[in-house]
Amino acid sequence: MPGAVRFMQGNEACVEGALYAGLEFFAGYPITPSSEIAEQLSYRLPRQGGRFIQMEDEIASMCAIIGASLTGRKVLTATSGPGFSLMQEALGFAVMAEIPCVIVNVQRGGPSTGLPTHMSQGDVNQARWGTHGDHAIIALTASNHQDVFAITVEAFNMAETFRTPVVLLFDEVVGHMRERIILPQPGELALVERLRTSVPGGVDYHPYLPREDGRLPMSDFGGVHRYNVTGLYHDMWGFPSENPKVVHGLIRHLVDKIESNVDNIARYKAYYIDDARTVLVSYGASARSALHVVESARRKGQKFGLLELQTLWPFPHDIVGEAVGRAKRVIVVEMNMGHILHEVRKALTNPSNVFLVNRLDGVFITPTDIRQALRLIEGKGI
Amino acid sequence: MSIHKYLRERFFPHIWCAGCGHGTVLNGLIRAIESLGLSRNEIVMVSGIGCSSRITGYLDFHTLHTLHGRALAFATGIKLSKPELNVIVPMGDGDALAIGGNHFIHAARRNIAMTALVMNNRIYGMTGGQFSPLSGCGMTATTAPYANIDPDFDVAALATAAGASFVARTTTFHVKEMIDLIRQAILHDGFSVVEILSQCPTYFGRKNKMGGAVEMLNWYKERTTPLGSKAKQNDPSLIERGIFMQVDKPEYCSQYEKILQKAQSANSQTKE
Ligand SMILES: Cc1ncc(C[n+]2csc(CCOP(=O)(O)OP(=O)(O)O)c2C)c(N)n1
Ligand code: SF4
Repeated sequence: MPGAVRFMQGNEACVEGALYAGLEFFAGYPITPSSEIAEQLSYRLPRQGGRFIQMEDEIASMCAIIGASLTGRKVLTATSGPGFSLMQEALGFAVMAEIPCVIVNVQRGGPSTGLPTHMSQGDVNQARWGTHGDHAIIALTASNHQDVFAITVEAFNMAETFRTPVVLLFDEVVGHMRERIILPQPGELALVERLRTSVPGGVDYHPYLPREDGRLPMSDFGGVHRYNVTGLYHDMWGFPSENPKVVHGLIRHLVDKIESNVDNIARYKAYYIDDARTVLVSYGASARSALHVVESARRKGQKFGLLELQTLWPFPHDIVGEAVGRAKRVIVVEMNMGHILHEVRKALTNPSNVFLVNRLDGVFITPTDIRQALRLIEGKGI
Repeated sequence: MSIHKYLRERFFPHIWCAGCGHGTVLNGLIRAIESLGLSRNEIVMVSGIGCSSRITGYLDFHTLHTLHGRALAFATGIKLSKPELNVIVPMGDGDALAIGGNHFIHAARRNIAMTALVMNNRIYGMTGGQFSPLSGCGMTATTAPYANIDPDFDVAALATAAGASFVARTTTFHVKEMIDLIRQAILHDGFSVVEILSQCPTYFGRKNKMGGAVEMLNWYKERTTPLGSKAKQNDPSLIERGIFMQVDKPEYCSQYEKILQKAQSANSQTKE
């Protein structure tokens, strides 16, 4: 039986996805264009026994969800550029202490207060490198509400699987646009629950000793195992250590657990890729315009294809190289100065075939914008 | 009484200098907890960054050593998520009131039931003796070589004004009093603050020619007095110790329980 058909905003689809995934705790601070997520959850969470708190700022919000996650809850915060900047230090803490949590950034124009109510995809590299120090991160996105729902569920699943923060990078257009969505039924999408240790009380539990498969079973604060959690480099008990072997082992573990699973984490959609001579690579709202261009070109018999990325970090270089490597031209469509462009170039043996089509003025890029840029690239003039 | 069962001896020796007041706070804290007969599994200790914040690692509770200034924000997430836990938050003065000042006043305003211990040594110990918002005018620090012109906070007045429902002050010289105040703070159902003057002979003492730990402890003895004492009337410059505020008022997590009930009864009335 199919689920209920609804008409809603992308931010609402994210809320539905989070609740479907088992969200129990939200902390946040209002900011356009993400505030609907907080507003909806302040209403929805307590109805099912969950907890919502509006904190004094985004720093506190990020810290509060980490604390709640340690008590065994699935947790979320939602923000936009300025708030995401404030969260970076605590995001790094979640990386270091391996705390499952999901952070939504509904992107708006930056830097600074920028364009609060307009579209941008300018935080892609911030999601990757916003917090200090070497690390790996998972960042996901989607272009339509059905996918926003599904990718939000995936974000929670990956946070639990890899014991890591996961960033959902949506954008103002997807966040605020209303469209149709069919809500999945319970059981339709797979859920990953918290992996808890089977070590009984009284037996030495090592919170930071990975199992053979790389996963680290957790123990809830308040349970039978008392252990230390810190943002310092730490040993398998979670106790601070400056031992070079321990330090090196931990940084390798933090990076490898994600980078070595790049293919498992990769989510993407390929449209007409197989015989495409011109491949567009895009993501988020921009991918909607890109798909429009590709479909109308196909109707005219032109060999266009689209690779829509949903996993932005870790960047799936091999998959992208494989998918677009044979194309004559690769056009990256994104609403920034080329964040993913460089990754696509890295993925290809002939990077000079890769072009950027963008808009930086806060106006959503249209199919016409893309077509005009394509004419320039093809040397046809406007 | 064996305090050893509360210590993670595997992680000793500790990082504190000889004569540091923070060890005395550790001792007082353990004795307060022991006297309350709390199970170690129901206590979560959350700290920030600083010499003071290292106290959590040495204690055999659920311990979370977080970011400079943010301990109360992490602790708020823990407490609201599992209100049955006893949450204790030891902080340095810089940690609690410079970088963490906003979280401090908001935790107080919410009156969320946890215990904030401000280990006030009037200096940034961990980073080598820079002045803090508790140093006070005229003091010397590595970033105030000519004399500090930054006025200080009165922690008790600030906490009270912000809404904390239990506020007390003591020192590392007055250990019995410290144990008693920490004990009452933990028992209190609301946001409780205990400011503990704790000596840093290495930086505050040396920079301000206050002598070593013994002289600094003597200073606490001479320069503090019980709240409302005659001595204070005669010498208004004395620092008062004791309980400044103790009231019953709605606690945040209990209020949230009411929201849960309200939302869920709406649930049973409407179909979605
Ligand atoms: C965001 C950030 N800023 C600065 C620091 C450096 N830092 C570490 S501890 C500290 C101050 C410590 O002083 P206090 O909180 O009073 O505690 P004490 O060490 O005196 O016990 C500072 C500034 C940091 N760790 N993080
Ligand atoms: S520097 Fe000061 S606060 Fe830090 S351990 Fe030494 S005496 Fe204590």
